[in-house]
Amino acid sequence: MASTYEKIATTTLGTAAGTVTFSSISGAYTDLVVVFVGKLSAAATCFLRYNNDSGSNYSQINVIGDGSTGAINQIRANQTGFRLYDVSVSSNNINILIFNINNYSNTTTYKTTLHRCSDTGGTSEVGMGVSSWRDTSAINRLDFVTGAGTWSVGSTFTIYGILAA
Amino acid sequence: MPILGTVASQFSSKPFGSYESIQTVTVGAGGTASINFTSIPATYKHLQIRYTAASNRSNYNVDLPSMQVGNTTIDTGNNYSTHNVGRRSDGALAADGGASGNQMYFMYVASSALITNTFGVGIIDILDYANTNKYKTFRALTGCDLNGMPSSQGGALSLASANWMSTLAITNIRFTPVIGPLFTQYSSFALYGIKG
Repeated sequence: MASTYEKIATTTLGTAAGTVTFSSISGAYTDLVVVFVGKLSAAATCFLRYNNDSGSNYSQINVIGDGSTGAINQIRANQTGFRLYDVSVSSNNINILIFNINNYSNTTTYKTTLHRCSDTGGTSEVGMGVSSWRDTSAINRLDFVTGAGTWSVGSTFTIYGILAA
Repeated sequence: MPILGTVASQFSSKPFGSYESIQTVTVGAGGTASINFTSIPATYKHLQIRYTAASNRSNYNVDLPSMQVGNTTIDTGNNYSTHNVGRRSDGALAADGGASGNQMYFMYVASSALITNTFGVGIIDILDYANTNKYKTFRALTGCDLNGMPSSQGGALSLASANWMSTLAITNIRFTPVIGPLFTQYSSFALYGIKG
């Protein structure tokens, strides 16, 4: 049988950037796996957006542990992007975010994403969540957007594609 | 900072040789009462199932399908246990489980009662599925999001572990929308093998 888990694109920032964009993503796969390893230059609310849509078409559920207040049970409706966790701004600590976007290229259903987060800096959170983008369009673009500051030099963004038989 | 826009065709995509697609089941018009994988070869180290699914449950926003496995046939005995942490469909924080059940419950899917076009998703790993010396352990992350509806419940999320108390190799897997009673059109279950 054919191997079916492929790297589509990756970048490691040599220059700090406020937005990192993957465009013209092929629709040839079934699922996407997106991995971020990095940090921010300043504390900010960050978003992952699909197809450059900044409308209030996103929602999500998060369950987070920060080591001090017990489990945090969050719900966010009508968001302007898929809101990312408290991304680290510490000099030596980084975040790891993994997104699984199932059936991203179909044009019949809304798109649902599972994610996991590990933050070794900032408030040192670990979390998981599920989010929905209420649009039936195939996803062909991802934007990592910061509300303030920049994604730091050395941050790595990678997209993998998985093709089902 | 566009990355792919002008260079997409230049990427050299080299497949990871250890991850292979075994079979995919996609539900057609009219729905189906169960998803079945049979005669799963023992040639891999682990299995992974990735699904996108909804049920036609009409009286609630979320459905909780079951998973069962077996060797040659599906085991319907009380040989399963499950533990979950996450968010239940009523909005409460979940930390629960069950012992000695006849199926595993950790899969959330959207029902067609509330929001059209919305599907639940999940990733289920079955570790060392063909080993004949130990019980089989499952781990899963599943969920569905309903944009805060109804009444701020908003869907459900589960990080789970489960156990099939059998030393038999797994050759059969079945998913059933217990309440549904059907998985609806466009639901899709993809089975992958991971080499050791």
